Order: sequence, then structure tokens, then C-alpha cells
Amino acid sequence: MHVPDGFINAPVSVAAGALAAVAVGVCLRGARAEAAEAPGGPGSGGPGSGSERLAPLAGLAAAFVFAAQMLNFPVAGGTSGHLLGGALAAILVGPYTGVLCLFVVLLTQALLFADGGLTALGVNVLIMGVVTVLTGYGLFRGLLAVLVRARAGTRRAVAVASFTAALVSVPASAAAFTLLYAVGGTTDIPLGTVLGAMVGVHVLIGIGEAAITMLTVGAVLAVRPDLVHGARGLARRPLTLRAPGEGPSPAPAARRPARSSRRFLSASLLTALVLAGGVSFYASASPDGLEKVAADHGMDEKAEEHATADWPLADYGVGDIGNARLSGGLAGVIGVGATAVAGVALLYPVARRRRERARHRAGSTRSTRSTRSTGSAGSAGSTGSAGPRGA
Amino acid sequence: MGAGHAHRLHHPGDSPVHTLPAHTKLVAVLCFVLAVAATPREAMWAFGAYALLVAAAVAHARLPARLVLRRLLVETPFVLFAVLLPLTVPGPTTAVAGLQLSVPGLWGAWNILAKGTLGVAAAVVLAATTGPTALLLGLQRLRLPPQLVQIAAFMIRYADVVADEMRRMSVARRSRGFEARGPAHWRTLATSAGALFIRSYERGERVHLAMVSRGGTGVLPHLAETTVSRARWGYALALPSAAFALCLTAWTTR
Repeated sequence: MHVPDGFINAPVSVAAGALAAVAVGVCLRGARAEAAEAPGGPGSGGPGSGSERLAPLAGLAAAFVFAAQMLNFPVAGGTSGHLLGGALAAILVGPYTGVLCLFVVLLTQALLFADGGLTALGVNVLIMGVVTVLTGYGLFRGLLAVLVRARAGTRRAVAVASFTAALVSVPASAAAFTLLYAVGGTTDIPLGTVLGAMVGVHVLIGIGEAAITMLTVGAVLAVRPDLVHGARGLARRPLTLRAPGEGPSPAPAARRPARSSRRFLSASLLTALVLAGGVSFYASASPDGLEKVAADHGMDEKAEEHATADWPLADYGVGDIGNARLSGGLAGVIGVGATAVAGVALLYPVARRRRERARHRAGSTRSTRSTRSTGSAGSAGSTGSAGPRGA
Repeated sequence: MGAGHAHRLHHPGDSPVHTLPAHTKLVAVLCFVLAVAATPREAMWAFGAYALLVAAAVAHARLPARLVLRRLLVETPFVLFAVLLPLTVPGPTTAVAGLQLSVPGLWGAWNILAKGTLGVAAAVVLAATTGPTALLLGLQRLRLPPQLVQIAAFMIRYADVVADEMRRMSVARRSRGFEARGPAHWRTLATSAGALFIRSYERGERVHLAMVSRGGTGVLPHLAETTVSRARWGYALALPSAAFALCLTAWTTR
């Protein structure tokens, strides 16, 4: 998906570059804190400060993203796909470090491999780094919070959340590309066609990305749960110290609060709304390719109106609003809202049943749970790397 | 489209282009590509002139033409996209060899092909004449934040190590009779990816501890700053200046 030179016009490329530079600057600051908090870091008793740990950790994580993009996953009939890695990087190393990793990978690809244009570097960083990480991590943390509150098993909650996050992050990136294309595209393809083709293809890609991200995160979680940044602080309960003859008493190591999740959740919801609103605003101004062909050839006289044509969202425009663009934009926003509501409505009964089942079992498992809680042990230990495996 | 990244890209040499300081080359290529991207697509002659400029740079750097042409293959996916444009974009059509092709689609395809190819060619000349280390130094001299340069340095230094680790895992899988044929085998591959992440991250931790134990403070020592004479800058910027002149001419004669 690397955008080459000449795809987006020069002013928009330069503006995207400036925006990407700001985003990378913000992430550089946030990533230092993430490196300090990482297991074995000064935040957990390890040596050094966050800023000096950042380079080796983020550098190796970037090398991993780079290598993971070369790992081919066979699909069917001899074709294969590969990971894009935005959501995966964000979940594993944190959103700020994730953006930095993707930026460095894209920079290297543009400079050394001529893959993705130099003038389009800002565009590429925005759509493949910032948007995938923001939507991916935001969705992941949001879903995780909902599922954990509903007492879903940690592993299953992480699996569902990472699957959904990766699934949405890929078409979101495609939608962001369409938005940039709407503003600065060099060819007048009807935007409805671009959006449909891009999002359609990328939903398919997203399914593969989602499955692989879910399985990879699950594999890391099984061996070193402390390394999954997005799931840190999710340990079933803090480690407890027991002296003989005493009941369990809480250990001094407190549970790490889910620090930035709320900010990211709102940021990603905002992104989705802006994307949906903005893209539809532009897209609805011109009829899409098929409709245009149909109109040109007089086909739509014979076509029957769809059964829901009177429904306010029919044809992706809110009825009774004169301005076609405005109503298209509103339809996009409403669509995102409806999706969010539908998601919550679908998840809520599952969550409630799980909570009830958990209440039934609570009495029998409480005694064994405390001995198995290794999740936060790594981050609480002094070196981290010996944490859960040594336990 | 991140495939095919494993080629050795640097083509060592001692031509005048090779010995230019990396940051001057970076600036030159960036300006050149910007000028190309800003040129109106109707000015076909300008793109011919740009191609001649790049060809002159290739000749000046004494790069084998075959290497440059082979490296151009990186843009294949977008060539496919461009080929589809004349068939999909609505608008007035023209008959070419018995096919009804849309005129705006043809212009769009031409625009993407011409600008994309020139951009790739310029980047190939840069990568072939500049080693990765020199490129990183150039980025540092262009005031990219030092930590980003360090991250990029670690990435470039360890990309081969991590890729080799991945290759060894692949050998290990195949020597146990595993062959990935479809989504049924994704779990195994994803488990390998997970193991690869853990190994990479732990390697990062070891690298950091090794740095700390040798007195590292996270700041890499500055190499001696070399000043670049005005003549060298002029030499490096000859290419983009010519390109900007062409771009301006194309806009004024439109």
C-alpha cells in the first residue's frame, strides 16, 4: 500500500509531511515514558532512564516489524499476504513506540528500498502508521476494558480485542487514504469508487491481518504476558505475599492503572467520526461509478427503488437535508455511531452471562487463582526478563 | 508490498556522486522529487527532460543501468493500478487499438507512471551511492531528532539479524515436515511471529544492558563535524535546480 510519488499532489503531500512530523514528535515524547515503564525499566527498578532504553528497544521492535512484514502467510491457490503490523506493533510495544517503529520502517523503505515515494512519506506515515495505531490501539483498549469489566477470561478478552482492533485498523487506513485522495488526488476517479474499492479490498486484507495479529498476540501473551503492552495491568489480581499462618495480604506492588487508554479511546472514536464524516462529505458529492454508468445509459429508469429507499440513511445521505454533501457527512457519522451502539448491544448480553457464570465459579477458584497470578510479576520484578518464566 | 526487501542495495564505488556528503544528496533527491511531483502532467517534454537528468546522474555515478532498471520493479503494484485507470475512470473516451479508453484515465495513468518512476529512479540512485550508515549520518545532520536516528540505526543494524532468526525458524519448521499451505497453518506461523517478537525484544534488552554496563548514557558519541564547501553543495544541488527550472518553465508555458 506504499503510496508512490505523484499519487497525491505536492501541496497535500507537504501538508501531510508536516502533520506526520508533528505526530512523530509527540510520539517521541510519549515513547520515552513507555520505555521507562517497560518491564526491566527504571519504572520497575531496572537500570537506566527511559530515554536511553528507548533506542535499543524501539529499534529492535522496528526490526521485528520489518521482518514480520516479510513473513508470508499463504491464503489459497498459491497466493499469500503479509502483515502490515500497525495494530500488532501498537498492542505489543505501546502506541507511541508503535508509531515510531512504523515511521522508521517506512523511512528506511523509502530511502533504501525506493518503496513508497519520498514526497509521499508523510502520507504513508499518516495512513499506515498513525491511523492504524490510533484506531487499532484505541479499539483494543476500549474493547478490553469492556470485556474485562464483564469478567471475560483475560486471554479470550485479549484475543477478541486484538482481532477486532486489527480488523478495523486496515480498512480505517484505506479510508484515510481515500480522504487524502479526495483532498489531493491527481486523478478524478469518483470518490465513491475509490472508497468502495479501497475499503472493500482492505476489509478482506483486514481479516487476514486480524487473525494473524490475534494469534501472534496470543502467542506472546502465553509466554511473556508482561511484554504485551496493551494488556499490562490486566493481571488477574496483584501478586500477594503470604506468611505461614496468615491470610493473604496485598503486596506493595500496586496494580498499574490503565493510563492512557481513555485518551486513546476518545481519540480513536473521534478519528472514526472525522473519517466517516469527512470522507462521506466528499464522496457523496459525486455519484459513484456504477450509479453514474447507470444514469448515463438510462438504466436507472428501469431499476426498482430499493425497499428501504424511504429510510433516512438510504443512498448514504440523510433525507430532508438540502445540502447533499452535508447530509452525506452526517450519514457517515451516524453510521459510526450505529456501529458502536450495535457492537455494545451485541457484546452486552455475552458479557452479562459471563459475569453470572463467573459469580457461580468464584467460590471454587479463588483459592487457586492467587498462586497463578503471574501477569504483573514480570513488571514488578527487578529485571523483568526472568519474571514469569522463572515463576 | 513490503516484499522483496532483502536485496543488497548499496553499490559501492568512488564516483563524484558516491563521495558527496550524504545530507547534500538527501536534500538534492527530496527537492528533485518535489519538483517532479509539482510539474503539470500535460508537460510531457518536462518529464522526458527529468528522465534525461536522472540518466545523467546514473551515468555520473557509474551505476550499471541494469541495476537501476531491476530496482524499478519495486513499483510494479502501482503500475498495475495505473493500467486499470483508463478502463475505470468515467469521462470522454477515445479509441486506442479498438479499445474505448477514458481520456482523464489515460492522463491519470500517465501522471502516476511518470512521476512514480522518476521518484523511484531518484531514490535508487541515492540508495545505490550511499551506504546505510552514511545515510543515517546525513539524516542526523539534517536535524532529525537524534533518538529517531538511533532507532533507525538499531533497526538497520539488526534487521538482518532478526530476518536471519526468522529464516532459521522457517528451516526448523520445514525440517519437521511443516509446509504452510493455507489459513489452517496460520497458527503455527503466528506462533513463530510471536516467538520472533519475544526474541527481538529480549535482544533489545540485552543490547541496552550491554550499553549500560559499558558506561553508555544513551547518547551516541558525535563524530567530527565536517563542513561542506559551497562548491560541493552547488554540485549536489545542480540536479534539483535544473528540475525546478524545468518545473517553472512547464508552469509558465502551459
